[in-house]
Amino acid sequence: MATILEKSGFNPDKKLKIVGTSPVKHDGIDKVTGRAKFGADLYLPGMLVGKILRSPHAHAKIRSIDISAAEKLPGVKAVVTRADFPEIKAGTPDGDMTRNAMAREKALYDGHPVAAVAATSESIAKEALKLIKVEYEVLPHVIDPVQSMQPSAPILHDHVRTKGIKGADQPSNVIERLDLGIGDVEKGFVEADVIVEREYDTKPMHQGYIEPQSCVASATEDGQIELWCCTQGPWVFRDRLSNILKLEASKIRVQQSEMGGGFGGKTGFYGEPVAIQLARKARRPVKITLTRNEVFRATGPVSGTKSRIKMGVKHDGTITAAEAELIFQTGAFTGSMFSNAPQAMFTRYNLKNVKTVSYEVVSNRPKVNSFRAPCVPQVVFGVEGVIDELARKIGMDPIDLRLKNAATEGYKTIYGETFGKIGFVETLEAAKRCDHYNSPVPPGQGRGVAAGFWFNRGGETTGTLNIAIDGSVTLILGTTDVAGSRISISMMAAEELGIPVDKVRAVMADTHSLGFNRVTAGSRTTFSTGMVIVDSARKAIAELCKRAAVIWGVPEDAVTFEDGYCKPAGANVGTFEPLSIAQIAAKTMATHGAIAGHSEMNVTGAGPGFGLHIVDVEVDKETGRVDIKRYTVVEDAGKAIHPLQVEGQYQGGAVQGIGWALNEEYYYGEDGRLQNPSFLDYRMPVASDVPMIGTEIVEVPNPRHPYGLRGVGEVPVVPTMAAIANAIGQCVGIRPQSLPMSPPKLLKLIEQARAQNGG
Amino acid sequence: MAKKYHVTTTVNGDEYEFLCEAQQTLLDALRDELMLSGTKEGCATGDCGACTVMLDGTMVCSCLVLAVEAEGARIETIEGMANGDELHPLQRTFLELNGLQCGICTPGILIAAKALLERNPDPTETEIRYWLAGNLCRCTGYDKIIRSVQAAAKEMRGG
Repeated sequence: MATILEKSGFNPDKKLKIVGTSPVKHDGIDKVTGRAKFGADLYLPGMLVGKILRSPHAHAKIRSIDISAAEKLPGVKAVVTRADFPEIKAGTPDGDMTRNAMAREKALYDGHPVAAVAATSESIAKEALKLIKVEYEVLPHVIDPVQSMQPSAPILHDHVRTKGIKGADQPSNVIERLDLGIGDVEKGFVEADVIVEREYDTKPMHQGYIEPQSCVASATEDGQIELWCCTQGPWVFRDRLSNILKLEASKIRVQQSEMGGGFGGKTGFYGEPVAIQLARKARRPVKITLTRNEVFRATGPVSGTKSRIKMGVKHDGTITAAEAELIFQTGAFTGSMFSNAPQAMFTRYNLKNVKTVSYEVVSNRPKVNSFRAPCVPQVVFGVEGVIDELARKIGMDPIDLRLKNAATEGYKTIYGETFGKIGFVETLEAAKRCDHYNSPVPPGQGRGVAAGFWFNRGGETTGTLNIAIDGSVTLILGTTDVAGSRISISMMAAEELGIPVDKVRAVMADTHSLGFNRVTAGSRTTFSTGMVIVDSARKAIAELCKRAAVIWGVPEDAVTFEDGYCKPAGANVGTFEPLSIAQIAAKTMATHGAIAGHSEMNVTGAGPGFGLHIVDVEVDKETGRVDIKRYTVVEDAGKAIHPLQVEGQYQGGAVQGIGWALNEEYYYGEDGRLQNPSFLDYRMPVASDVPMIGTEIVEVPNPRHPYGLRGVGEVPVVPTMAAIANAIGQCVGIRPQSLPMSPPKLLKLIEQARAQNGG
Repeated sequence: MAKKYHVTTTVNGDEYEFLCEAQQTLLDALRDELMLSGTKEGCATGDCGACTVMLDGTMVCSCLVLAVEAEGARIETIEGMANGDELHPLQRTFLELNGLQCGICTPGILIAAKALLERNPDPTETEIRYWLAGNLCRCTGYDKIIRSVQAAAKEMRGG
């Protein structure tokens, strides 16, 4: 069905009254008063506490599980194990999902769930876990992805044959090899005057949401399930739960709570299917809240990578070829979305010759999950390092080299899309103009820049706009609000309807109340749900015009809508006082009943996003400690619907990247157990670690969106580690190639640089 | 069944009584026994500050205090921060300057920031950053949190 919206697109002449301002978000009041209900904040009558027993082994066959003693403990109402989950073939998406939720044949990482209990109190539940006897046959394990690729490595999944390698007939830990390229790199490198080739490695980092996963499941005797949880995708959760638990989707009602941070990490479920099975067995509601220890040991970090990157440039700054070999650790199960990396890593430069080979590898660690621009920042860490080195070698300003090679409208990307109007050049030019770049580098500091790209996403989206009898408006949205999308979407609705944004309120639907919505991920929500709600508003406006026509007794096409009022389309229609939405809404009973707009779309037209980060650092040469002195994010938002929130995305992404760059990593012991599963030992940035983060919002409107927006959530983390590494390189004399750039590693580089300079 | 202890305490000016097990934390008691779920759990090990409350005028991580220690104590939580319909200046500046994104760390940060401004009405940026170093936020990058505290401090000093 052609929507009203698809006929329009971006209107540069529309005078904006609300879009581009920064009103207080409507859900904010609940969040500053403690009223907002997050995952763990639901309490139901008769609710039990669910706790999960986890494997202490990185890799072990599960010979037997004896739950008899636990079941007998007074206060225990249900115990579940693999026997309580439907058998699903291993190696299928559903087979992997059910095995990650509850181990079947083997435990594949330290922290892998093997059983769970529901009891009347937490202390009883914990005691019951101790009474469960699991007989393990401990197997050799592998943590490092490169070791995992060796023929001698212990095999995690006997069924895996490497996809993308012809004739692969032996079990392997390499899930897939992906070859992606354009042009002729051999020829490209021959044309180059200077070639740089370097190897890089990055470590898994955790999304680090402050709210641990939490859910409450209830079940009726006739098989109806209600699930309350913090999820980035209620519908995706429902459909996957339906698949792995063999329940009809219409009998699972998922209600999203407020989301206490997700960043991609809450796109997949963990305790939810376990809570459902416990609730079905106990016939009482069950709440499972993960501990921080469980969050670290068993929920998704980001892929660690090893990469080799080679690029060639002519003396005039033309990049002639780029080549990459990439290894992505995906944890115990596939799902890293590693194909994003070869698609995005060089995309922003108008390269003609690119060759990439990528591998996704399993090892005995928790399955990775999404994180802002999945798998891209890790490899951009290397790409932007090579580009910086090329710039220095040919004596060119690093932003100028990027400008010289910047992709523009009409460039055909490695993934087949031809760019429409994009804002990379404008972003680079804004960076060159900004105060930070034009300020001299303070003595003793180093400055680095790096650029990044993300596709931005659309996808299946559904929403409804209802007009109340007094002309105020409610929105029913499905895409989880992770940071403030509700207000931005409400602003677009208000702009369309010509009413103050205070007259609009948005609620988050459960899966029974709205059609399918893909997860909030990939910077798609404000863009996609914005589209759907603008479309809904335009449908409601068409209906308002019809009603005005009825009230006036004129033909439908004799009425137009402008600035919140229905008006006669021309002088010959007759003399009528304009009717406000409230005036028309007051008469809906006499016209044709309620006025609403509804829309469902598979939204396309996401506008690619580009950013450039500038950072000044100081490195303590005695301790190797890095101090971020000044940081500026320059990024094309297309259009900043709510500039304060756009700035917040830029700042938050950059600081997550600072943590990834300088501190965050997992330590595994020889026994394959995670040694730092706490916020004390896994060191995320705190307020005193970082400066204010400067922002420059560039606005090159996306022609495919009514308000021109592109999506701003992913790009802010893409270039961060590269920019910081480039700055450290300027300070220390050698550009780091391994994350995190922690004091011990930097001290080694400092010594190496001293030795190179003759002490 | 584990033995339970009877505790009488004052939260936001109201007297409460509850029963708790010996190992239960004040955080658990506030949330699970008193249904004051505005105080959040992020780690339960005193590392994230999401559960920050005031206990007899001292800022504490309620996950590191035993529930039985609340006997006879005066506790202040986020639920008591506004004065009737009037938000505390910090609550207002956090809303106006977008000092929160997801909001899970916000109750703890507001309690901590209020404690700071009561001790030091005119803190420098560095003092605010170090005072709040025990409160993790993963969304904002802290920039707008610091600015919100600065704005509230200025307002509370009389502009």
